[in-house]
Amino acid sequence: MRDVAVIGAGCTTFGEKWSSSFRDLFVEAGALALEDAQLSGEQIDAMYVGNMSAGRFIEQEHIGALIADYAGLATHHMPSTRVEAACASGGLAFRQAVIAVASGMEDIVVAAGVEKMTDVEPGASTDTLTGAADREWEGFVGATFPGLYAMIATDYMHRYPLTREQLAMVAVKNHYNGARNPIAQFQQEITIDTVLKSTMVAEPLRLFDCSPITDGAAAVIVAPLERAREFTDTPIKVLASAQASDTITLHDRRDISTLDASVAAGKWALKTARCTHKDIDLVEVHDCFSIAEICAIEDLGFCKKGEAGKFTADGETALNGTIPVNTSGGLKACGHPVGATGIKQVFEIVQQLRGEAGKRQIDGAKIGMTHNVGGTGATVAVHILGRV
Amino acid sequence: MLGTKCETCGRYFFPPRSFCPDCRRNGKITDYKFAGNGTVVTYTVIHTANEQFEAYTPYVLAIIKLDEGPRMTAQVVCEPKDAKIGMRVKSTFRRIATDGASGIIHYGTKFVPAE
Amino acid sequence: MVGIITYGVYIPRYRIRVEEIARVWGANAAEISGGLGVFEKSVPDMDEDTATIAVEAARNALARRAVNPKEIGAVYVGSESHPYAVKPTACTVGEAIGATPHMTAADFEFACKAGTAAIQTCMGMVASGMITYGLAIGSDVAQGAPSDALEYTAAAGGAAFIIGRDDPIAVLNHTCSYTTDTPDFWRREGQDYPRHGGRFTGEPGYFKHVEGATRLLFEQLNKSPKDYEYAVFHQPNAKFPQKVARVLGFKPEQVRPGLVVPRLGNTYSGASPIGLAATLDIAKPGDRIFVASFGSGAGSDAFDIEVTDAIDNTAFNRNAAPSVEELLKNPIYLDYAQYARHKGKIVMQS
Repeated sequence: MRDVAVIGAGCTTFGEKWSSSFRDLFVEAGALALEDAQLSGEQIDAMYVGNMSAGRFIEQEHIGALIADYAGLATHHMPSTRVEAACASGGLAFRQAVIAVASGMEDIVVAAGVEKMTDVEPGASTDTLTGAADREWEGFVGATFPGLYAMIATDYMHRYPLTREQLAMVAVKNHYNGARNPIAQFQQEITIDTVLKSTMVAEPLRLFDCSPITDGAAAVIVAPLERAREFTDTPIKVLASAQASDTITLHDRRDISTLDASVAAGKWALKTARCTHKDIDLVEVHDCFSIAEICAIEDLGFCKKGEAGKFTADGETALNGTIPVNTSGGLKACGHPVGATGIKQVFEIVQQLRGEAGKRQIDGAKIGMTHNVGGTGATVAVHILGRV
Repeated sequence: MLGTKCETCGRYFFPPRSFCPDCRRNGKITDYKFAGNGTVVTYTVIHTANEQFEAYTPYVLAIIKLDEGPRMTAQVVCEPKDAKIGMRVKSTFRRIATDGASGIIHYGTKFVPAE
Repeated sequence: MVGIITYGVYIPRYRIRVEEIARVWGANAAEISGGLGVFEKSVPDMDEDTATIAVEAARNALARRAVNPKEIGAVYVGSESHPYAVKPTACTVGEAIGATPHMTAADFEFACKAGTAAIQTCMGMVASGMITYGLAIGSDVAQGAPSDALEYTAAAGGAAFIIGRDDPIAVLNHTCSYTTDTPDFWRREGQDYPRHGGRFTGEPGYFKHVEGATRLLFEQLNKSPKDYEYAVFHQPNAKFPQKVARVLGFKPEQVRPGLVVPRLGNTYSGASPIGLAATLDIAKPGDRIFVASFGSGAGSDAFDIEVTDAIDNTAFNRNAAPSVEELLKNPIYLDYAQYARHKGKIVMQS
């Protein structure tokens, strides 16, 4: 097993990109990553692309081939594979790329993620996202994706001291960070009031507790660590790659307010990387809804169960806090082009570890973590990356 | 409500499972008819619904723990303000959704407050 | 002896008052209530229909007595508001109660008497030995055209009867019918709402057929009104059944327990069946009950029924399911806008 490093990364802006098609988005992200690694296409050995639902959003399957073609690599007959795990598609694509390089099977591998969500009516996109849950036993009976996370919030707030204001602060913090991130969909800061006055979606979650519908793509390139300096002066080592599964339905979970897959993947990642929580300088967590960030901070072990609300309110997860969470702006402010999010998280950590994060830079960041969740927690991928 | 039971470990399944997740190949699965009584474990009131359910908003969606043990997701037919964690409910047969004006009508289980 | 083995009723919880409907159309509520004898009617929830009502009524019947659903050999559902024009409600009911697959099924239509027609059919099939138990249901979510007279009374509800030979709680001694081709009230295929002939629905419709079936039964059995404790007539409003009872020689006290229309409205195929159920709710062993339904188009089914000791013994538990009185309690009142939404009268984007 070889050590793996990220040698290049690129990301499109995220948002409602009416003029960019699915193919445009991928090509743009891919080109940025290749440019960053000073690589040319023919040097790529394989590609893994995370995408949740092109079949329903643009009625297109066979994404691996499509992307290889539009990247100009089909004529080189490069192997290209689509990876799907709902909102964790990107995280899993990254892990597959890491495994391919670590195993010695491939050398230079692209891990990308792309989602084009705005070519369908809003009603159709929310119904498509329900496919991340259990269609037969949750979606069929009237559950929506926000509705499932809302039930987590109801349970959490019934058992632990989380106030509605503290929950809103998650979104406020992420918008603050997003306003300092050129790729983020939302560039404006908000207040707690903005959140509390927004339209109710599924009690207690309001519009501003929920990540939006977004188009976007991101790509990173991995290579054996021993070869990294052929391509970059700032290789970022993959210290750990962990993945865990859990029951698909929320009702079958051991504890409704704990994503056991996050706990498991988080522990394995820290163990493999031989790190403790104190060694982690920043973490990108999966805040598809504000409550998801609250649970994530606890599930990954950064604070005790039931204390994430106060932890957030006390500023511990802000840019200048003890453990900055979602310096990118998270899913809430960047937007959530489903398949791309997991790769965007890696892109953010890479930028931070290279010192290229501009106004949201965490000084001296050496080790970062990413946490990408599929559905209500049925799949979780956790990665730890470190400066070399 | 027709579900299943694993005779080997005594676990009940609704929704039904044909393979016990604990016993796996050692599990002896039989049919079981649930009484339909349960308690609300958590819930939300859905205001923004998927297309098929838009006409019904706002409606209560809950995770219900059936008396026999398993938990399931279902709507509770009650005023949103009356929904509470811990309320007792019983099953009822209702229309869940239709595939448009000319498509199939899907019937299924919802719950009503049990007095 | 062929008879009723068990029965069950379901009535949705929502109601709308006659005065609320009158308010919207600028009509005189007092006159309408006074004329029809109806004060409020039941309204289905948005996710209820003839099938869900039929299933709940059938399940209530099964809750009262241990009948093995696999021994139900026939399921017939009578309604004017079947959810599908083609695909029987009876199949959904059969599946929901566990009677499938070794059974026959079909849906009946005969305006308001489709439920009693189903009872007659089950009687024949049980008597001939073709089946052990038959399930006959009358269930409707009746539609009245906005501002039409029928809008004040068209209601939702249903009753289910399991017919068999084994220890019935009430014996179905005899049945006969009076049927002609009479266009008093009708609905063409594809139309949302029915039409009717106004006053023509009275004498040439309801009264002619109910009186015809009643007199035929009295002749065949050599009986008269004094031979019965109770009488149940089809109740499109409160006036018709009370008038026909008087004309035929029944007393008000005989008709009272079965007269639920003032608080329920006209549940069409559920009307006579629910009236019969309300009577069975309070009947004692030995009580004799006369029933005459009416369905436009037109026809009336008359029944001579005698309650047995079994209604009080342990095999049948009346309290295991709600009585009609219990189902009429705790109503939730709607205004006209909510009612229109519940009944699908508001045109939505498809």
